[in-house]
Amino acid sequence: MVLAFIEHVAGAPTMLSLEVLTMANRLAGEMGTQLEAIAIGPNAAAATGILSSYGVSTLHVADDGRLADYAPAAWAHAIAELVREVDPDVVIGTASDRGGEVMAHVATRMKLPMAANCTEIAPGDPFTVIRQRWGGSLLEEAHLKGTIKLLTLAPHALTAAASPSRTEVTTHAFSPALDDKDFRVRLQPQVEVDTGKISLAQARVVVGGGRGVGSAEGFAALEELAGLLGGAVGCSRAVTSLGWRPHSDQVGQTGTRIAPDLYIACGISGAIQHMVGCRAAKHILAINTDAGAPIVAQADYAVIGDVQKVLAAVNAEVRRVKAGEPSRSPA
Amino acid sequence: MNVLVCVKRVPATAGQITLTADAQDIDTRYLGFTISPHEECAVEEAVRMIEAHGGSTTVLTLGPEAATDQLRDAMALGIERAILLQSDGREWDPVATASAIVEAIEAEGAAGRSYDLVLFGNESADSAGYQVGVRVADALDLPCATGIKAIELSDGRATVRRQTESGWESAELALPAVVTVKEGLNLPRYPSLPGRLKAKKKEVERITPQWRDGGLEKVRLKLPVQAEHTVEILGKNGDAGAQLVEVFQRLRLL
Repeated sequence: MVLAFIEHVAGAPTMLSLEVLTMANRLAGEMGTQLEAIAIGPNAAAATGILSSYGVSTLHVADDGRLADYAPAAWAHAIAELVREVDPDVVIGTASDRGGEVMAHVATRMKLPMAANCTEIAPGDPFTVIRQRWGGSLLEEAHLKGTIKLLTLAPHALTAAASPSRTEVTTHAFSPALDDKDFRVRLQPQVEVDTGKISLAQARVVVGGGRGVGSAEGFAALEELAGLLGGAVGCSRAVTSLGWRPHSDQVGQTGTRIAPDLYIACGISGAIQHMVGCRAAKHILAINTDAGAPIVAQADYAVIGDVQKVLAAVNAEVRRVKAGEPSRSPA
Repeated sequence: MNVLVCVKRVPATAGQITLTADAQDIDTRYLGFTISPHEECAVEEAVRMIEAHGGSTTVLTLGPEAATDQLRDAMALGIERAILLQSDGREWDPVATASAIVEAIEAEGAAGRSYDLVLFGNESADSAGYQVGVRVADALDLPCATGIKAIELSDGRATVRRQTESGWESAELALPAVVTVKEGLNLPRYPSLPGRLKAKKKEVERITPQWRDGGLEKVRLKLPVQAEHTVEILGKNGDAGAQLVEVFQRLRLL
């Protein structure tokens, strides 16, 4: 049996969990076995409606009011207890912050290895996975041992797809024997003040700046373009290290992953750690003095030149067009 | 307040990764090495904690002899003591790495050196197992928080915060505890020249842990397939304004 650990909001599985279900359903088919799921937290049982379109036969719901809060060790305790009871062949979760953390706790409780951020799974002996290193800039083929295979699925390794046929989902509520110790760490959401700023992760346009912007003040031109296009400003790790911008603006492996329609990369060389952060951009426009910079080779459009000169001209042109004046025809 | 920081030596990759002929490793002949980015912030945080609250700091790594460079980098920033868990060049998977660190922490405890806080990076930049800190915490029966971007200490407790898609969430941990951190926790300082000179002279304690098969076996590395792709050069310096506006209009951004 394949067991999928589902994250959800009031019974609606997250996008990454739908991807996990899609992979798990495919895997169960290849292994000739059934797919079951576990969901924890308020209204978990409401997930059955959606799970029926992903080949799930049983939804296990941990029944303990204390699990309403996110307590990683307690959630892992519940999953480990279920795993001991139902003895699955594979347990698969998302590689989200929560998914990865809970699965790691499950792994120690079960004394099993775990493979994080898998993109492909080939069941059999040996049980082979492809997993991401370097934020996805490098892949590793690995053999995963252990009597039960524990793994997390890398985000967007596949597209979530409901199956045309629906299954009958049985709900199985169980009460794990939780220990007070499991609740030593509970994460509580903090109330946020809405700043009205467009978030980097959600922006349709991101204007990113690297060392080539020249200075912290040099970002004024990027701010202006982002403002004109209704986008957000991002930056490279070099810029954060220089103290020009806060880390919350950083795009990359150790910063934010962005997925805009257009990423305008200004004075950014395109180190692999940066590129994994903007891989999901639909289009990339590079503005760089060096036509040989790695970012130019990976861009759809490029302007070769100094960031400040290029942006001064572009901003003036965009302002003109927005004011209803005709754009000057290309030379 | 005694803080232990666990770091990893990783290659400082830049434009592209090249693999060795046997596809077992990154070709590092032309690369420098650094402390994995999240852990650079862990080192900085440990130094700040001791500056604010007093106590001692120790840095630990599992790696080859050359990883003493990274231990000295950490000492140049203000960490006092360094421990190298000397590896034999083999791949140490998360289970093997965590057991070696757990044994080292237990040996420290037996020698009368206990830690109030053990800091890790959320994941290493290279192998990215996303689990060593959790495994160490569970093995030592310590509370654990991961992916942390802010830590405040008071009265034997740590208040930690982590970023979510929609904001922040926070937790309180009684010390001793394990916390894995992410870049953005702080802005690490640059080492001073006197700091570097002092670190150079410091001793690195060495332990040789036993390698074990942790159950995740690397077979080979491979580079992801890059889609064929051409770039359209729109112009130079100030002459590209109109072409760019056309692109923005085509993408319906204007």
